[in-house]
Amino acid sequence: MTTTGDRRDAEPLVRLEHVVKEFRVKSAGIFSRTQERVHAVSDVTLDITRGETLALVGETGCGKSTLARCIVRLHDLTSGRLIFDGQDISTASQAALRPIRRRMQMVFQDPYGSLNPRRRVGSIIGDPFDIHGIAQGAERVRRVQQLMELVGLNPEHYNRFPGDFSGGQRQRVGIARAIALEPDFIVCDEPVSALDVSIQAQILNLLAELQEKRGLTYLFISHDLSVVRHVSDRVAVMYLGAVVEVAPVRALFAHARHPYTRALLSAMPVPAAERIGDHEEIILAGDPPSPMDPPGGCRFHPRCPRATARCATETPSLVPRLADDADHRTACHYPLADGESLLSGRVDGVLEGQT
Amino acid sequence: MTMSSNSPATARGPWELALERLRRDRVAQVCAATILTLVVVALVAPLLARLTGHGPTQQFLDVGLTPEGVPTGPSRAFPLGTDGVGRDLLVRIAYGTRVSLFVGLIASGIAVLVGTGVGIAAGWYGGLTDRVLSRTMDVFLALPFLIFALALVAVVGPSLTISVTVIAMFSWASVARIVRSLTLSIRENEFVQAARVLGAGNARIMFTEILPNVTSTVIVYTTLLIPGAIVAEATLSFLGLSVVPPTPSWGNILADAMAYYKVAWWFVLFPGAALVITTMAFNMLGDSVRDALDPRPDQGAGNTHEVAP
Repeated sequence: MTTTGDRRDAEPLVRLEHVVKEFRVKSAGIFSRTQERVHAVSDVTLDITRGETLALVGETGCGKSTLARCIVRLHDLTSGRLIFDGQDISTASQAALRPIRRRMQMVFQDPYGSLNPRRRVGSIIGDPFDIHGIAQGAERVRRVQQLMELVGLNPEHYNRFPGDFSGGQRQRVGIARAIALEPDFIVCDEPVSALDVSIQAQILNLLAELQEKRGLTYLFISHDLSVVRHVSDRVAVMYLGAVVEVAPVRALFAHARHPYTRALLSAMPVPAAERIGDHEEIILAGDPPSPMDPPGGCRFHPRCPRATARCATETPSLVPRLADDADHRTACHYPLADGESLLSGRVDGVLEGQT
Repeated sequence: MTMSSNSPATARGPWELALERLRRDRVAQVCAATILTLVVVALVAPLLARLTGHGPTQQFLDVGLTPEGVPTGPSRAFPLGTDGVGRDLLVRIAYGTRVSLFVGLIASGIAVLVGTGVGIAAGWYGGLTDRVLSRTMDVFLALPFLIFALALVAVVGPSLTISVTVIAMFSWASVARIVRSLTLSIRENEFVQAARVLGAGNARIMFTEILPNVTSTVIVYTTLLIPGAIVAEATLSFLGLSVVPPTPSWGNILADAMAYYKVAWWFVLFPGAALVITTMAFNMLGDSVRDALDPRPDQGAGNTHEVAP
């Protein structure tokens, strides 16, 4: 990180302001047809700084992939602003997005679904050159083979089909395609969760290597906290469509403030050698509520051991709590102090009658 | 066995593998050979006419008919016998092959092109486009084929063009329906989203991402559409709605034969056999192609097998 960065450096590469994404769902009853809304992402404000890896964590269905798809504009935002390098692209047309797409790419979760099984990998990796009219013919082949080499694939396999490759190799193909246009920013949507553990490290190292070589900025989506700890600079924790805590990776793992973050961290497997004294595992009661009808106030309150009446009515804002630095923000009325146990310390209130 | 799987630059894609499976399939070989023979017969029909010295519409009232005026059976001069006015059935059936194959291939070809295009567009764009296109398909699937053909011919008169048009009109919608439903599932794949993120437009996604994934199904469907089109053409000819006599087609030969089937078995048997063999060859080849493209064991119960009671 530069300390004397100019204004351009200080300005985030990607800025999300109050981003909301709702899906309309038709639920057809026998007599009535009602339209319901799934609140996938509600009011997310987040900055992604140049050159950093921001991890987005949360359990399945919390809206992290939806948020990622909003950022690359695979989904249109319901409301809010999306700013890329100073340019508001929240409502830009697909045509207007084309130049932006050269700078903003995505690596997908499923190395099987993300490559067209009927096309040769050389042609798949060459797509970006084709679409943006950058290179044709022999030049395109040359550049594709260069990319294949860069991501650790044999360039001679240019003519093979995705089916001839293993999961890890396919993910390398996906990465080669994403970096072909030399983007500044890559959204990695659970890029290793579908891979064997032994292969995960290889892909993570490749991503880190590319980041170093090309000064890439990553939004790294994952539900695997051990991976997140390894790769990210900052971490944002999502629960039911909202960011509940965001902090530099060290701060988050050492001083998690939000009860949900604490519960999430406690579920992380810890090697026996590192386990110090009181490793408490918190098992949250119940399932996350339906995003069709999210609870009011703090969305976590129905499952939170510390919740009071206030949590059910008043939505906590994402601000620094206790004595935290400005970059460690928590959306909780009753943040946990260091060392305070989530299970023992109930703040002041009684648990209100739950609906 | 010819290529080792780990030699570096081999690229045997789904097509190559399917072709190889097809090559090992006996039934497919026989059917392909039959179809090839038919094509050759269609191409050399004029040569056959020259060889026998019998034109396709030439009447041999003296040698081609018995003194009583009944068609003569298979003989040296007329290998497949003659028809009611003493024309050479061999030459006429050979010329009929041209009509059948032409209509079968062209009408199916048009139906497949239109059906695939409409199906992908409906599935990809969704919304209003889909609703309009789907309702159009429903209309074409609901129209009664023969009545419509009769009405059309009554207005514009019978011709080959009309039969091609009518057959194509009544075939494209079923292709479109299948392609549409395939597209609906393909569009949910991440590789489509990947193309979007790369900046690909609608046309590119439909062509490079979706089309390659529907082609195998479309190819199978085409091989099953062709025999249907051939039978439909024969039906139209039989009813006098297609090729205008005296130009021969299998359908109008069979129609002529209706007056003679008690005295001249060859008059019905040979054109009928030509029709049956052709349809069977295409149908069975279609089944083999489907097995080759999608080699799953549980693919038996398709819509092509009519289960006899």
